[in-house]
Amino acid sequence: MSKELIELGVGEAADALANKTVTSEELVKALLDRSDALEPSLNALTWRDAEAALTEARAADAARAAGDTRPLLGVPIAIKDLLNVKGQPCTAGSNILKGYVAPYDATVIERLREAGCVFVSRTNTDEFAMGGSTETSAYGTTHNPWDTDRVPGGSSGGSAAAVAACLAPAALASDTGGSIRQPAAFCGVTGLKPSYGRVSRYGCTAFASSLDQVGPMARTVEDVTQVYQVIAGLDAHDSTTVDQPVGDCLEEVRNAKDLKGLRLGLPKQYFVEGLDPEVEKLTRAAVEQCRELGAEIVEVDLPHTQYGIACYYILAPAEASANLARYDGVRYGFRGEADELQGMYESTRSQGFGAEVKRRVILGTYVLSSGFHDAYYLRAQKVRTLIRRDFEKAFADCDAILGPVTPTAAFRIGEKSANPLQMYLGDIFTVNVNLAGICGLTVPCGFTESGLPTGLHIIGPAFEEARILTIGAAYQHATDWHTRRPKI
Amino acid sequence: MAMQYSENADRMDVRYVAGLARMALSDEETAQLQSQLDDILAFVGELKSLDVEGVEATDGASGNLVAWREDEPKPGLSREAALSNAPLARNQQFVVPKVIE
Repeated sequence: MSKELIELGVGEAADALANKTVTSEELVKALLDRSDALEPSLNALTWRDAEAALTEARAADAARAAGDTRPLLGVPIAIKDLLNVKGQPCTAGSNILKGYVAPYDATVIERLREAGCVFVSRTNTDEFAMGGSTETSAYGTTHNPWDTDRVPGGSSGGSAAAVAACLAPAALASDTGGSIRQPAAFCGVTGLKPSYGRVSRYGCTAFASSLDQVGPMARTVEDVTQVYQVIAGLDAHDSTTVDQPVGDCLEEVRNAKDLKGLRLGLPKQYFVEGLDPEVEKLTRAAVEQCRELGAEIVEVDLPHTQYGIACYYILAPAEASANLARYDGVRYGFRGEADELQGMYESTRSQGFGAEVKRRVILGTYVLSSGFHDAYYLRAQKVRTLIRRDFEKAFADCDAILGPVTPTAAFRIGEKSANPLQMYLGDIFTVNVNLAGICGLTVPCGFTESGLPTGLHIIGPAFEEARILTIGAAYQHATDWHTRRPKI
Repeated sequence: MAMQYSENADRMDVRYVAGLARMALSDEETAQLQSQLDDILAFVGELKSLDVEGVEATDGASGNLVAWREDEPKPGLSREAALSNAPLARNQQFVVPKVIE
């Protein structure tokens, strides 16, 4: 029974709980046992408290017995260690937040709690979500469940590995430059980066505020949709959230069978040198599948694609340098020893931050500094406009854009960690979506010869999440890549 | 304070900039960061080849520039909760090293 339990998705678990064929306590116990067995080889989780999770689960079971019928009542979910869950630690993968206990719930957590979810574990992340491999986490690297010598991607590598290895049916993650979509591709799971303004970031540890977005990962588009619809929507605590109805596309997603009447764009700039031939082949096969499902495939032009990484690695570090100024050793987190204030700041930050965070804070401070602001920061903001316009023009001619998520499948642990620029170049297909503020979905689309998963990237205009989810669901209903599980 | 960058704008004085961000670097860290940041700056410098004359700057991804709401008091964190993570607190206040002699 235990193996079946851990494999239940969000919708399946909700149904089984509603039909009373399983209790939340049994489900949570099975996932915790699974975590105990696999964590020594995965390190996908930064924290779990079995007794606390089981207490929540028993409370959900008691509520159900008393007539509570909330749709996600008792459904377990894992949370990226970047989001505040009241009473749980929140480290952002950093030593500087070691020992911090969240005094409040993030808005997305409050909404999941209201829907009845049980917070079963916290997942590993690159420090302050800065990285593409989880190797910058102060709590050690997460291992890819498909090949434990390889990275799970990042920054939400813990969430992706946990969902792939069935430590949880779904996980929350965040995406500033690809941190949901890239690890989803590397671990063979489904992940949505909603449009900027769609999901509240209140209670999400800030990295780059004009780019950060919270979103779900799960093993099917249906499950991703279910979690997304709970967390999305206007929030008085985040003034960037927009007052646009989220809608309910779950029935549409469940019934998605074909792609008739849709024009899907294929950017020529996404199939260039540097794209691994195997990844290219698998992506093109997925595009072909979409054509067979009735979509019209058209070529689109995104001429500023190649400038995205440079633009992103100016703007994101600039915003990070401002956001991370709050870690001063006064109000929370680690404090370094010193007998005067300036020395305390320096000692706190020098000891508390890891190498990647220091690199980005220094870079961000430089591009914002007097004399360099216009040459770097302002120029990058203008290039951002050009990238945004590229997509606006492309979407005038197509309903959604298809492409690869990553230039290669998961790389080996240590392969890129000594060369940060090499690591950054892997973000080529994901960062522009954040810069433009639009939405993107990763769905598994095959495996390389060596058995590593790859993902198809489905990009939609701002606030058209329902459209890309429906496209992803139609693709999943015609393929079985998303049903494969790592043998771990 | 005068800026102390080298003449080549694409090579920053890493230790100085780290100081602006309130971080002190070891010699080893400085050397490693210097070479990595040289590479990164050379790479992001490629934007200088693009003509952006007359292009407006995008400073946020949402068109939602200023969100207004009524200025009404609402419950927030209790003092106890706000101080619960403080490295050092006394008399319901954060304690810091002496600032003024």
